[in-house]
Amino acid sequence: MNYIGEHLLPGQLGHFFIVLALVSSLVAMIAFAKSTNSTDPLLERSWRRIGRIAFGIDAFSVLAIFGLLFYIISTHKFEYYYAWNHSSRDMSMEYLLCSIWEGQEGSFLLWSFWYGVIGVFMIARGTKWEAPIMTVLAFAQVCLATMVLGMYIGDTMIGSNPFLLVREKFADAPVFSRADYLSLPQMQDGQGLNQLLQNYWNVIHPPILFLGFASTILPFAFAIAGLWKKDFTGWTRIALPYALFSTGILGLGIMMGGAWAYESLTFAGYWAWDPVENASLVPWLILVAGIHTQVVYNATGHSLRATYLFFLLGFIMILFSTFLTRSGVLGDSSVHSFTDLGMNTQLLLFLLVFTLPGLALFAYRFKGIPHIPKEEETSSREFWMFIGSLVLFLSAAVITWQNSFNPIYNKITGQNTAAPEDIEFSYNKIQIFVAIVIGALTAVAQYLKYKKTAGGWLRKIAVPTAIAAVITVLFFVFSGLEYDKKGIGFQAAIHLAFFTSVYALVTNLAYIWIGINGKLKAAGGSITHVGFALSLVGILISSSNKKVLSYNTTGINLKWDERSKEKPLENLTLIKGVPTDMGSYMATFVNADSVNKNGTISYYRIDMMRKDSSESFSLYPNLIRNTKGMEGFSNNPDSKHYLHKDIFSYITYAADMDNRDDTAQFKKYTVNVKDTVYYSNGFFTLNAVVPNPNNKKYQFQPTDTALMADITVFSKEGSRYAAQPVFYVKENEARFMVDTVFAQNIAIAFSRVLENQKIELQVKESNRMVPFVALKVYEFPHINLLWAGIVIMTIGFGVSAAYRSRQGRLKAVNKI
Amino acid sequence: MKKTHIIILIFIAVAIAVLISFMGDLTTYDTVASARQKEGKFVHLIAKLDKSQPVEYDPIANPNYMRFVAIDTLGHSTPVIYHNAKPTDFEKSERLVLKGSMKAGTFECDEMLMKCPSKYKDDVEANKNNLSSN
Repeated sequence: MNYIGEHLLPGQLGHFFIVLALVSSLVAMIAFAKSTNSTDPLLERSWRRIGRIAFGIDAFSVLAIFGLLFYIISTHKFEYYYAWNHSSRDMSMEYLLCSIWEGQEGSFLLWSFWYGVIGVFMIARGTKWEAPIMTVLAFAQVCLATMVLGMYIGDTMIGSNPFLLVREKFADAPVFSRADYLSLPQMQDGQGLNQLLQNYWNVIHPPILFLGFASTILPFAFAIAGLWKKDFTGWTRIALPYALFSTGILGLGIMMGGAWAYESLTFAGYWAWDPVENASLVPWLILVAGIHTQVVYNATGHSLRATYLFFLLGFIMILFSTFLTRSGVLGDSSVHSFTDLGMNTQLLLFLLVFTLPGLALFAYRFKGIPHIPKEEETSSREFWMFIGSLVLFLSAAVITWQNSFNPIYNKITGQNTAAPEDIEFSYNKIQIFVAIVIGALTAVAQYLKYKKTAGGWLRKIAVPTAIAAVITVLFFVFSGLEYDKKGIGFQAAIHLAFFTSVYALVTNLAYIWIGINGKLKAAGGSITHVGFALSLVGILISSSNKKVLSYNTTGINLKWDERSKEKPLENLTLIKGVPTDMGSYMATFVNADSVNKNGTISYYRIDMMRKDSSESFSLYPNLIRNTKGMEGFSNNPDSKHYLHKDIFSYITYAADMDNRDDTAQFKKYTVNVKDTVYYSNGFFTLNAVVPNPNNKKYQFQPTDTALMADITVFSKEGSRYAAQPVFYVKENEARFMVDTVFAQNIAIAFSRVLENQKIELQVKESNRMVPFVALKVYEFPHINLLWAGIVIMTIGFGVSAAYRSRQGRLKAVNKI
Repeated sequence: MKKTHIIILIFIAVAIAVLISFMGDLTTYDTVASARQKEGKFVHLIAKLDKSQPVEYDPIANPNYMRFVAIDTLGHSTPVIYHNAKPTDFEKSERLVLKGSMKAGTFECDEMLMKCPSKYKDDVEANKNNLSSN
């Protein structure tokens, strides 16, 4: 059939470039490998030339694929499944770009794009390591190209093609029996990007994170190159700036994810020990360990074998995290994972084709890697740096074990083990000790000398130690760490970790002047350590002193709840217009009138007023209506930022979330004094009928004709409420005033006076009495220390990379 | 023996101890019947909402209390008390993972995972339905 109005050219071009990328990266890999192995310089150069051209074509192809996909999405060619499934007409340009990495295919392309950039950069640098490194890079490009290939070999699909048409994806859907199917309304617009992902962090976090992911191949490739060429030591100086760059960017990317989670994804914090977060933290820890052993090797000749291992494992763990995230093995245990595209085998192969040869080569060449049999002095810097690296590595190993044990164990054995009761604590109780040790080592190690330290170092470190101790004591006196839910041992541990973090912060800051005379260009290491230590301090304070402001202090219905002490009841209901007590604030739900332009986000205005009236502000936590065929809402927090704390709020329940009508009717009861009437959540008793009441609520005169029913409502939970509906006569007309017990959602009316002292009451029960929201409000103190720490740490990595790169080049010149 | 080796051995011993203690903390996925047998023990109960029974949640009276009946695939059911806000779309959930423990015939739930189609994943089938409707 000839379909009307389809634009098939971009897709055909796109698929052509996918195949071209696959073929050219394959050629590049073979050519660079040949070049690496040739002994004849002429042959080596000519193979390298072929490799460079082929890699250039590959990099261009990936760019072209990316460009074509963006063209299809940005010009709304909804005949393509990718555009139809991930974008819509109302999206602005930056979110149209984001929709590329909403799907697996696009995120593989982003990854591949960075390999193209990194590869071109390495070719331009053109060191003698180019050929073996580019072999590894080109091989990775081959693997990534297969991920988007979308071809069948036999019955097995290799990869998933982003240029698939909707009618190819859903070949059996009846709409495609019409040649003009594109003119149908359902093809006029796409499904859009998940509203939650339409966030500015989604524009910046994935590209940075993928640059981090991609660049971890560089230390890996250098290590492979060293093993391959049997030039075990020549690469360590040249590789250092790349390792620093990669680790710095990876760390930044991870914590940008943390910032996004904190700001909008409602994990009630920046880090939840989610399997996906863990999987990307692990390579970072291993690479940090690798950088330190590499520095040790460059200075002393120790720890080269460890460096190899760490750099190999760093990239392998990136591939492992890719497998965990994308294969769907995590199943229920993570919120991040992508949809299972049925590519598990392919993803596993991607992991194995790097892991097995890499580790096999390492084992095979292990004996040849130079090492110094004599061991490090206990007083030497390298000894303690090595211990620190080991701690980081073990920390990574333990996290990996905790993270991947359950899904893999259950898959293999068919058992049904599940995560521990308190998942976060199962990590925290171990990593707090890692933080203590790493903090202490970071503080002290720089004051030690390589090889052997003479006695004077203690005097140098004495002043910073004293300052750190004073800061710690002052902090404990004036603020303190309040977290005590996990017993005295853990409390002691967080206090100790606080001290070692402050200690690391102060000593490294001091070292910039004491150790290297304030030469900031050379102080990259110290700056990074300062940033890291500051982050730790921020993490410890903000998590330990995180406060729930929305404790349910209204006192309603809580008596029976014996667990309320240990499990804080963190949701507080605000009834529209009623100021409610919330910690040191009075909170008022004002309205829910504003929405975004396509009506998918409703903003709830909550006015917060300090009880001493010193300050007031509004928060706008909002609810995002889920798109893409899913019902319901996601909540999206809003915070008030201060320099020293954040007030963070989100909606847990809102009255208008389920838009049911209030169809409840009044039911009539005839009662006598002392009679009891039951309702769904308890009963109420008519105590008395009071003529012409004159109290706080009603001011009737003795001359009026009014009767008040004095009623006590007993809820099932044991609470009591008074209800006082009134029946009165005015202008010869019977009228009544309804009294509503909001807490029980019942309205009671005194509607008639009957014979024999009986009266008629009418009762209405409803969920929709008044508009309200239930929300949670937290206070995160000193969260800015964490963000500042991350920024400083990233700057430190940059300074370090620049300095080491210059140092490496000078050394290279000197050698010639 | 070198001191590095001794330290490595100590670390490995610590790591093994940590991992064993982690194994001890692990819990299990259970059905209503098996959770009843482990009264008081923390489990992951896999069940779904019994839609024939009412869900009690009254945020004005108490936003931290909801009660409903969960039924597992074997047809056993149990009342569940959850001390938190009712998740959005609770009534539409297809499957629930309830974390908590059985106490006197009632499941006290601390945390709940809902399988709706996850918010972060595309539901291709739902999108396909969009294609056929209109």
